[in-house]
Amino acid sequence: MSVGEIRVAINSDQDIVSARQKGRVVANELGFSSGDATLIATAISELARNIVSYARKGQITIRQVNGLNRRGIAVIADDEGPGIADIRQALRDGFSTSGSLGLGLPGVRRLMDEFEITSQLGKGTTVMVKKWRP
Amino acid sequence: MEVPILKQGAFLIATFQAALSDADLNQLRMGLVQQVVKFRSRAVIVDVTAMDVMDSFASRTLREIAHMIRLRGAETVIVGIQPEVAFAMVQLGLTLEGVATALDLEEGLAYLNEKFKTTN
Repeated sequence: MSVGEIRVAINSDQDIVSARQKGRVVANELGFSSGDATLIATAISELARNIVSYARKGQITIRQVNGLNRRGIAVIADDEGPGIADIRQALRDGFSTSGSLGLGLPGVRRLMDEFEITSQLGKGTTVMVKKWRP
Repeated sequence: MEVPILKQGAFLIATFQAALSDADLNQLRMGLVQQVVKFRSRAVIVDVTAMDVMDSFASRTLREIAHMIRLRGAETVIVGIQPEVAFAMVQLGLTLEGVATALDLEEGLAYLNEKFKTTN
């Protein structure tokens, strides 16, 4: 089974809900357990929330990824927001610049198997996370 | 999507739907506290059985609701956190410290009835 790429524009808090719902549907279609689908949906919720809080708009892309002997899901959150000055600091538990809980990125990293972030000040931020099917 | 708030004797019961936006959660926070004042409620049960995801914003809002209601002299019990949702919350590092929780609505009501010894 193959799942096409799904893009969700993130412009408001309402879009956070639709992004995580679509992510859960894709996770289910790819054969993830409902527990894993909840982890994936939670990660999408946090990534989309970061977009709304820091960049105000951006997009979430959800697609299937194929490894050598495995299949998984990739979620890409990208925005053209202010970017992150100190990524290492942003990945530490308890760090926040928007007055939120600041658990977003390290938490997302724990929810998923792979985590990549690139950010340029004034240009934007892209976070890609993957989870492989057991 | 609005969260229905039911009055049951001295208690209020708010039942979350699956897909609550941040705006819905904020509205619920205000609505619940206002109704606690209006009905002089002694406790609030927030039933999150249907909630698909409990992210940082949702759990922070729940904590805030519980603390605001405590300041009014009433108590909050969160019921129905699903096992998968609980697992994701722990992975994310989210806690509901200082907030009472119970397995489901029935257990939540039993806890409050015992605590307040009322005949709801």
